[in-house]
Amino acid sequence: MRERTDGGVLLAYLAKRLVELTAVVFLISILAFLLVHLLPGDPSVAILGPFDTPSARAEVLRQLGLNRPLPMQYLTWLGNVLHGNLGRSFLTKQTVATTIGEAFPIDLELVVVSQVLAFAVAIPLALVAARRPNRALDRLATATTFGMLSVPAFILAVLLALVLAVEVHAFPASGFTHLSNGVIPNLKSVALGSIALAAGSVAVYFRLLRSELISTLQEDFITMARAKGLSTRYILMRHALRPSSFSLLASAGINIGSLLTGAFVVEYLFQLPGIGYQIIVSIDSRDYLMVQGMALVVAVAYVLVNFAADLLLGVLDPRVRRG
Amino acid sequence: MGESRRPLGALFWVCLAFIVLVILAAALANFLPIPSPTAQDYAAINTGPSLHHLLGTDDLGRDLLSRIIFGARVSLVIGFGSIAIGLLIGGTLGLLAGFRGGATDAVINAGSFVILAFPPLLAIVVIVAFWGRSLWKLTLIIGIAAIPQLFRVIRASTMSYANRDFITAARAMGASTRRIIVRELLPNVAPSAISFALVGVAVVIVLEGSLAFLGLSVSLPTPSWGNIIFEGASNNNLQLNPFIALWPALAMFLLLTSLNIVGDRLREHFDVREGGL
Repeated sequence: MRERTDGGVLLAYLAKRLVELTAVVFLISILAFLLVHLLPGDPSVAILGPFDTPSARAEVLRQLGLNRPLPMQYLTWLGNVLHGNLGRSFLTKQTVATTIGEAFPIDLELVVVSQVLAFAVAIPLALVAARRPNRALDRLATATTFGMLSVPAFILAVLLALVLAVEVHAFPASGFTHLSNGVIPNLKSVALGSIALAAGSVAVYFRLLRSELISTLQEDFITMARAKGLSTRYILMRHALRPSSFSLLASAGINIGSLLTGAFVVEYLFQLPGIGYQIIVSIDSRDYLMVQGMALVVAVAYVLVNFAADLLLGVLDPRVRRG
Repeated sequence: MGESRRPLGALFWVCLAFIVLVILAAALANFLPIPSPTAQDYAAINTGPSLHHLLGTDDLGRDLLSRIIFGARVSLVIGFGSIAIGLLIGGTLGLLAGFRGGATDAVINAGSFVILAFPPLLAIVVIVAFWGRSLWKLTLIIGIAAIPQLFRVIRASTMSYANRDFITAARAMGASTRRIIVRELLPNVAPSAISFALVGVAVVIVLEGSLAFLGLSVSLPTPSWGNIIFEGASNNNLQLNPFIALWPALAMFLLLTSLNIVGDRLREHFDVREGGL
């Protein structure tokens, strides 16, 4: 058999992943389309609710084509979606695309701030713990992070609100301050939400990096570096950290994807109008087309983020693409 | 030579006892000497712990201990029920795919990858919103979401046994596929499946709590741990009486820690390392 070149392997890997990606996105679109048919009774009645006028009903029929066979309805809907027309709320008259455009930056800010916090805590902690495994400091950090895995984000959010907003008044208890009103008020308004989201990441990142570091430190090249008389600090930072950070990177990629969709509770509790918040508000007001459109966009974004994370890992670590 | 399995330790038994205690309390809640979880005692609103109300009352004068015990029912039914559905379907498929291999394995495995590509919380939130949120619907939706995860674990574990000598021997003796799976593979795969399932129960209990916070779990006034904590965090209750949120949060933390520790210790205990053989 012919030896394949490294580039060939990478291309084959890319092609395989791209086919998977297309299949999944296609499936997501079908499921998002079928959601409306889960509604009890005539979907147009449920969608319109109190706005059930003849002209509004004609609009729903046009958007969804509810009187035609299902595959035709899907194609009409898909055609609209591909032209960027995700439908329009009958409640606020705003298009789904506009709402997403306003909400998405808030999700992005929450994810970025929480991940910066998580890395800033987890990486130094793992380096210190892995330096002397099973000693007091390592045991304390390992036990604490194990406990943190049992604290759901919503419980942590409630505790943070109780201590930092209700008792100390250090941060606003809820609401979002736009960046145009100053950087500090803006960061303060997302602080509690970001901390609540960061805690879970800290536990996962610390545990991963610690165990990877400990196994890397057993390798021959570390012994070699020690024999050369390099300081432990230098070895940890310059020799051990990089080869130990692949699984950290992989889990961060998956984590960022799920944070984008999983920030629902934190956004809802702290009244931060990101996409999670908007979806819940739309569910509360039975604004079904809004929910459908946002769910479609968020699900596709989640799949794309995971795809990008996978790809990055495949490029960085040759073992992944060789399967 | 004796078995060199890692001992379970005292903490394991303490945690297991706590899980059993919570299950018993929830199952026997109707027979316990506690007030109804929805009965309002107007003489005792937002009180602290007392003889009448061991954990105090909430802003409507309802007994917090009673609400926590009855609320455990929802968390436990959804937690254990959905994982049971996932184990039954995902486990069966995992055993079959792991043992058969070939086309069966390829098809089921590809299907599991497609489902795993979806963002789980979003899918559950949206389906609950469109379809409804009774206890059995929630259990079913989360159960279906759990199938691919449990399938993958059990498939991997089955594959590690499928080519061992004792399976070849059973095959040589003419045992049917069904017999090999039930009598030879299942007993070996079960321990790791159970430890993974317990951690899964903890994940689902958190999920129910998240849904309750979004107003998408069982309807009020039926208590669940999630919606008691949510009530305790809304309407200025955090300022007036933080214990409404803190007691159920503590109960949930203890149950989750117990499930995680029991699952973790079981996994270590049954982890057969090649070096130990």
